[in-house]
Amino acid sequence: MDRPENVCAIRSVKPGAPSAGSVRDDSLGHGYSLGQLMVAAAAREIHDHEIVFVGMRLPMLGFLVARRTHAPGAIGLYENGVIRETPATELLYTMADPPNLRGATFCGQMLDVMALLQQGRVNVGFLGAAEVDRFGNLNSTLARRDGKTIRLPGSGGACDIACLAQRTVVLLQHERARLPERVAYVTSPGNGKGDSAVNSAGNSIGNNAWKNAGNTSGNSAEKPSARRSEHAWRRAQGLPANSGPSAVITTKGVMRFDAAGEAFLASVHPGAEIEDVLANTGWPLRVAEKLQVTAVPAAAELAVMREIDPQGFWTK
Amino acid sequence: MGTAIATHVPSGASVLLGAQLEQMIPFAAGHEIIRQGIRELTLMGPISDILFDQMIGAGCVARVYAAWVGNVSAGVGYCFRRAMEDGLPSPIEMLDYSNFTMALALHAGALGVPFLPTYSTLGSDLLEKNSKLREFVSPLPAYGTADRKEKLVAVEALRPDVAILHVQRCDEFGNAHVWGNLGVAVDAARAARTVVVVAEEIVSPSVIASDPNRTLIPGFLVAAVVHQPGGAHPSPVQGYYGRDHAYFAQYHEQSRSAGDFESWKARWVTGVADRGEYMNLLGSCRVEALGVKEHAYSAPADFGY
Repeated sequence: MDRPENVCAIRSVKPGAPSAGSVRDDSLGHGYSLGQLMVAAAAREIHDHEIVFVGMRLPMLGFLVARRTHAPGAIGLYENGVIRETPATELLYTMADPPNLRGATFCGQMLDVMALLQQGRVNVGFLGAAEVDRFGNLNSTLARRDGKTIRLPGSGGACDIACLAQRTVVLLQHERARLPERVAYVTSPGNGKGDSAVNSAGNSIGNNAWKNAGNTSGNSAEKPSARRSEHAWRRAQGLPANSGPSAVITTKGVMRFDAAGEAFLASVHPGAEIEDVLANTGWPLRVAEKLQVTAVPAAAELAVMREIDPQGFWTK
Repeated sequence: MGTAIATHVPSGASVLLGAQLEQMIPFAAGHEIIRQGIRELTLMGPISDILFDQMIGAGCVARVYAAWVGNVSAGVGYCFRRAMEDGLPSPIEMLDYSNFTMALALHAGALGVPFLPTYSTLGSDLLEKNSKLREFVSPLPAYGTADRKEKLVAVEALRPDVAILHVQRCDEFGNAHVWGNLGVAVDAARAARTVVVVAEEIVSPSVIASDPNRTLIPGFLVAAVVHQPGGAHPSPVQGYYGRDHAYFAQYHEQSRSAGDFESWKARWVTGVADRGEYMNLLGSCRVEALGVKEHAYSAPADFGY
């Protein structure tokens, strides 16, 4: 599968440095909010000319930011059957809201966009989840809290995206209960139980890739590499070769996955402490040797966010 | 509406609702089903927004085949949770699909074949738990390979007894124009044994024939046509009215407990005789505020020769 190689140019920003402009929802005291930092991180997972399964809320803003800054050629797909290249003129609550259909390039059936996904043409899909585990499996079906099983709404299109998109990016709150060692229910498969469970040779490869992971340049601008593509567990299930979890963007940092399919901490957000991240993760989370600080949103990215979401509805 | 539901939706039937996802959800039909006290239904649909939650809370439902049940803009569906967690007001059986596998199940039903294959759900607990998703080894080599036999998932066809579809306009024979958010409506109409169409507007057959590409449901598949302006509220209908976001948020607050839901239902469903009274309860100000502010007509297509 061809993938555009022109990764977005990220200017060098010192962690914690204030960026230009002012926002009213400055929860970090840096000139931007945590939500805006996560939106910028999501935007940078999108490369120019990529096809993106967009989703709602922060990822949708991230897609629009990417389109207006480093990825003007990115195409947005919505699982209701909509393809559009321009942002809707009003804030959306659901992807089927009338402003998302007016001015769309294509309004078809759900199968039309799912066909593109199954063919392997979708480069990146964004998902939320109630829980994400050590190997990037997602749960949005059941949660166990205080001995009681809580029924959640279910997959929607999440399982399809996690199975079939080239790269899956998850956004969620960084809380211990939401980052368990193993999810209670695999709604959307990541790397299963990891490759060591399938093939013990996977471990040594995995450790090397993990140690090298911190060497990628430029904060959150690492190229999602092809290292995910041959996870033994996913292949054993019959999932497409070029697919799988790529990043988990939390409220404290960004996790990526090593060659054995296990998550490691690749960057921490400005102001977040590593100890706090580890204490709020439900498994012994490994840390990249060259841990990065998540790049702060650039002035141009914040300007787009303020234009699309002037009240800070999604990013407060 | 009363006659259409009484005739085509008996207790125990499988009913497809919400084919167009968050748009054009047939709330008026669902509320009529609740008022008529129809029971033991199997609900089918990809996502349902809050309509499935309401029908579950009202005790109409025995089974749900869906990818997602809740309140899209507010989160969980409390009635769904009570039924799943505590068996209240009655226990329901849930078959969890993904959106794609639900679409494929209906497509298989529409094509008249027993199943269709996919790679989706491999490695998931959906495949593990849903008896209508079954792993098999392909009899043909993988695309682009000489002999590599792959695992696939067979998605069993679904043939609902009745699909209730809300549309923008149709003629008196049920030939229906739908535009905007199609979701799985086209396959739902063909997979179902019976179709009930609920329309914002009834137009002459010549309007339908002027733009036949927009006819997504041919009338000979339709058993009943109901003219019901506002019948999809609080979900939107492209070109007719917007989504009533506040109503979804209010429902979320007003269905937290079983008692809350009973009060909500007494006000909005059993407390009104039909959709006309519901619209009156909603009030002209709210209805007007949801109306189209700026029309955006498509360019006409020339069918001349």
